[in-house]
Amino acid sequence: MAARVGIVGIGHTRFGNSSEYDLADVMAYAATDALQDAGYLEKRKEIDQVIVGNMASGLFVHQSAVASSLISRMDMEPVPAELVENGPASGASAVKIGYMAIASGLCDVVLVVGGEVMRKVSGWMSTDIVATMLHQEAEYNMGLTLPSFGGMFTRLYMEKYGLTERDLALLAVKNHENGAKNKYAHIQAPVNIEAIADGPEADVVNNYVAEPLRMYSTCPVSDGAAAVLLVNMDSPRVKDFKKKPIRIAGIASATDTHCVHNRQDPLQLNAVRIAAEKAYKMAGVGPKDISFAELHDAFSILELAISEEVGFFERGKSYLAVRNGETKIDGRLPINTSGGLKSKGHPVGATGVSQVVELVRQLRGEAESGRQVKDPKYGMSVNFGGFGNNVVAVICAKD
Amino acid sequence: MAIDEMEKKLRPPEVELKPYPPKVITLASGEKMVVREARRDEVGVLLGTVAPLIGVAADFYDIVAARMYAEILGWYRYRVANEFVIVGAINGVIAGIVTSRHVDDKLGMSLHTLTIKRGLRVGAQLFAAKMEHHIDILGEDEVYIVAESPNGFKRWMIEYQLEDRSHLYPQVRHELGGVPTYVLTRKLWNDVKAVKCTGTRPVSDEDLKSAEKLIMPSEYPQIPGFKR
Repeated sequence: MAARVGIVGIGHTRFGNSSEYDLADVMAYAATDALQDAGYLEKRKEIDQVIVGNMASGLFVHQSAVASSLISRMDMEPVPAELVENGPASGASAVKIGYMAIASGLCDVVLVVGGEVMRKVSGWMSTDIVATMLHQEAEYNMGLTLPSFGGMFTRLYMEKYGLTERDLALLAVKNHENGAKNKYAHIQAPVNIEAIADGPEADVVNNYVAEPLRMYSTCPVSDGAAAVLLVNMDSPRVKDFKKKPIRIAGIASATDTHCVHNRQDPLQLNAVRIAAEKAYKMAGVGPKDISFAELHDAFSILELAISEEVGFFERGKSYLAVRNGETKIDGRLPINTSGGLKSKGHPVGATGVSQVVELVRQLRGEAESGRQVKDPKYGMSVNFGGFGNNVVAVICAKD
Repeated sequence: MAIDEMEKKLRPPEVELKPYPPKVITLASGEKMVVREARRDEVGVLLGTVAPLIGVAADFYDIVAARMYAEILGWYRYRVANEFVIVGAINGVIAGIVTSRHVDDKLGMSLHTLTIKRGLRVGAQLFAAKMEHHIDILGEDEVYIVAESPNGFKRWMIEYQLEDRSHLYPQVRHELGGVPTYVLTRKLWNDVKAVKCTGTRPVSDEDLKSAEKLIMPSEYPQIPGFKR
């Protein structure tokens, strides 16, 4: 029987502009934070394995072998360290590999760190670097980028289900309200529906990025890192940590076609659905058991589409739940309590780990006042790689 | 008096500039930012707002703040010709400042843009207001622009797709230190104005009154724990 895996330490930098720092320093900050949280900083050389999630440091900051760099920066030699890359889902994939290392019996204590420094380059260059994960000939060379996919996906969804640009703005209002209270968020400012959707100046204040996606329906370009310390809950070593573990009840990933145009229905995110189903099965729960969720809203439309694929809402109906306030912090099912990628930011290699950090903060009851979910039992995160071609779902439980 | 004669020699010749008509912009937060020209008698509050940022190295605030301090002082003491200063104020509190200079009927010289309240595109709106003043109000054909920080380069050179004239140096050169000169032409401005520049005019008496007395910020996101 596989070992149970829990999280005993979490760490996070404030997302935003860290471009004056070296990537390894940014990751070391989050890692140190996680080790201090677990009371394990002095024992860090006893960690069995370090797994680093990063998407494209070679392109963003011209640095490779960041796992090795992190180890030296943390004075952790000779702890083994490897890098995991899965596009913007690199972080959650790193958590999954860390989980597997413990569940397999190979390790008892694993440090997972996700990080990215994206703002050393211009926003346009950053968009181009992220677009390198698309199909080279059929997509990238045709000029497609992730925001352009987001725009087309949104347009299709609008035509099919009646979503409006104002509905997307409502998502921004909700997520910024949460992010404004999150000490780690990149944009800690609430936004107002009149200003970004209804008012006479909204077209400029909330300008188009990839029509119909506007600035406030698109995540910012952010730097940052997040870390979690995983432990074998069935090992005697679990007593070495100062905090009670939050259990990873389910973790799974799935893939879909690399080219979006090869999908029968581009609005169906099969990898999201399958990863979620596997995670639910592993955890022995269903969508109705989830108390809150962190969903990968690199573009606001994805929060809606993912929430439908994981079974929270009927297909094409999630935006009605947003209109009704059901996904607000005090709603029936709070979504993106951290502010989501929209407000908290999206350093691509860090995001999946950051989502799991938020699950732990909520389940421990450590979120800031005004954005703490009441008595949560299960939290779920979905980290979206590519344009939905490699997705990781995680369910954490408070036992 | 002798000193007045000397002072006259020290002052650059100036032309009377058309005033920038105030406008109000509702920021994404819902806060109303009044954008208006600063008055010479407000120099104290302007300098007091800029000064704390001279010590902030991150994002090149230090160089931008130090230069802006000197530009505002130069304007106040009549050592810069045809300079204007535009402020953005939320309930009177200064959220950002821009400085610029009218060179002649055809040319403007953009100086600096300083954003204090971040995350709401205050700097972007004030930069657009500055360009609006140069081209639409003062009637210049071109504005020379340089960037001294990566943020500035991303916001102006890339987003406005400014014309790179650095290869024409020294015939074409911005007044700030010989860094590469980029140019906003009237055509470029007309192409981007609809998506970059906004604001409502006339400003209501109530909103104008809120910005009548400028207030120095009591906190700076760039300086955690700042106390005035």
